[in-house]
Amino acid sequence: MSKQTLIPIGPYHPLQEEPELFKLYCDGEIVKDVKWETGYNHRGIEKLAEQKSYDEVFFLVERICGICSTSHPFAFATSVEEIVGVEITNRAKYIRTIIGELERIHSHLLWVGLAGHFLGYNTLFMWAWKYREPVLDLFEMIAGNRNNYAMFKVGGVRRDIENQKIPAIEKVLSLVKKKTDLLVGAVMDDPVFHARTKGVGVLTRQDILDFAAVGPTARASGVDIDVRRDDPYAAYPLVNWKVITAKAGDVFAKAEVRLLEMYESVFIIEQCLSGLKKEKEGDVEVKIKHIPEGFGTGHTEAPRGEVFHFVLSDGSNSPARHKIRAPSYTNIATFKKSCVGQSISDATISLAAVDPCYCCTERLAVAIDRQSGNRIMNAKEIISHSASITNKLLQHE
Amino acid sequence: MVLNELKKTFAKEILDSEARSKRRVTLRIDPAALVPISVHLFRELGFRFIIASALHTKKGFEIYYHYSYDGTGLILNLHVILDQKKPEIESLSNMFESTNWIEREMHELFGINFLNHPNLDQLLSEGNWATGEYPYRKRFKSNEEVQT
Repeated sequence: MSKQTLIPIGPYHPLQEEPELFKLYCDGEIVKDVKWETGYNHRGIEKLAEQKSYDEVFFLVERICGICSTSHPFAFATSVEEIVGVEITNRAKYIRTIIGELERIHSHLLWVGLAGHFLGYNTLFMWAWKYREPVLDLFEMIAGNRNNYAMFKVGGVRRDIENQKIPAIEKVLSLVKKKTDLLVGAVMDDPVFHARTKGVGVLTRQDILDFAAVGPTARASGVDIDVRRDDPYAAYPLVNWKVITAKAGDVFAKAEVRLLEMYESVFIIEQCLSGLKKEKEGDVEVKIKHIPEGFGTGHTEAPRGEVFHFVLSDGSNSPARHKIRAPSYTNIATFKKSCVGQSISDATISLAAVDPCYCCTERLAVAIDRQSGNRIMNAKEIISHSASITNKLLQHE
Repeated sequence: MVLNELKKTFAKEILDSEARSKRRVTLRIDPAALVPISVHLFRELGFRFIIASALHTKKGFEIYYHYSYDGTGLILNLHVILDQKKPEIESLSNMFESTNWIEREMHELFGINFLNHPNLDQLLSEGNWATGEYPYRKRFKSNEEVQT
């Protein structure tokens, strides 16, 4: 049996902006096994949520993900509204949907750019990120911030999108549509992109079902699931659109699904904007005074797939338990299938193909025992512990 | 329709059922029946495992296993209550890849033991954390007050 070499990607590596460690066990050029280590970025969000009021939790969960920052507040709002049993106004529904879909557009543009970057196709990277900017500017106009929009609250949204802002949004949408044509051409008609991504990182339908993968990762393997259609929330039942799927399950199919989804997002927003024109301005909130006991399960379709929140209320003004499942949590596990058997150079794009978000996947940290006040680990112990881990890694090689 | 069939098949194992709406159903089940019911849901009926939420209450350790019946929007929660002193339940990870990480996470945060799990190492803080400390466990005083 030949000797396997350990190729580490991470914990801090320019491939991904977030800390993570992939251990690729390789035989020559071929990846034989992949192990994933996390824990570099715990923030204790699930525990923190138990100490914040329902209003504050929105700001907390918004900071789970820096890219799709509205997907967690969206799922949290639907779960709390399920406990209360409240129906929000149509105008709030349209605004929520517009925010969600604009975010899908800029998140997909970010991914397309990164995919190009990983393949050495930097023209695609620069184009995609250039045309992502107008969408972020639009967010600044709507919410006052390019990211972390703070738009959601229990019972509706915090800010209205006034009708006078609609033409500016429509203008950006027509630009996005035009530039999506450009990107589709740059991806679909490029022989190098085809050569680097077709048949690479393939996930079969069965793999998706086994790992319970979600979102574009699942849809690219022919698993036709989308929370927006299957369990409609916000304004999705009020608009027309279709779920994009592909069959091949490789990186190319994932790119194709994401690119074509951007057209659908534009189409959804256009319908929501005409819906907004018919609703009364300012009617964006239903007042909620008390959140009763019980639990709610809210799920929404984020750019990376289904975000799931479980909120348990004990009748007080903060959640008794808040469980968060980000789409990357199930999608990242598919690396075990998509990378093994590939060459090392294809591993990077296979890892990137699910659009992984590590910050979403990690949410914990504790250092002091609250009851006794004792430090569970002191600074010295943490440093020597950290050194021992590094040593362990080196020995492994 | 699917639920009626499920209730018929596992009439003894399903202890309680609550439907908040047509799309949100919770079944409290006997912890010993978790594996057969989950296998039936996944293999026969085509349910998708979403995630499991563990919580520590005065009743003991509770786990909600959330399943989605895609295409219909149904979320089915299987609710089990485990012993306060010795929380343990059979692992699902020998059958499904999808439950592997969350069982490790629940083991790490709550100290729930998943029997026959293929690899019950810490997930979020592998090698970076004191053993035997479970940050999500709560301490209950003898009176009604709950200290987190």
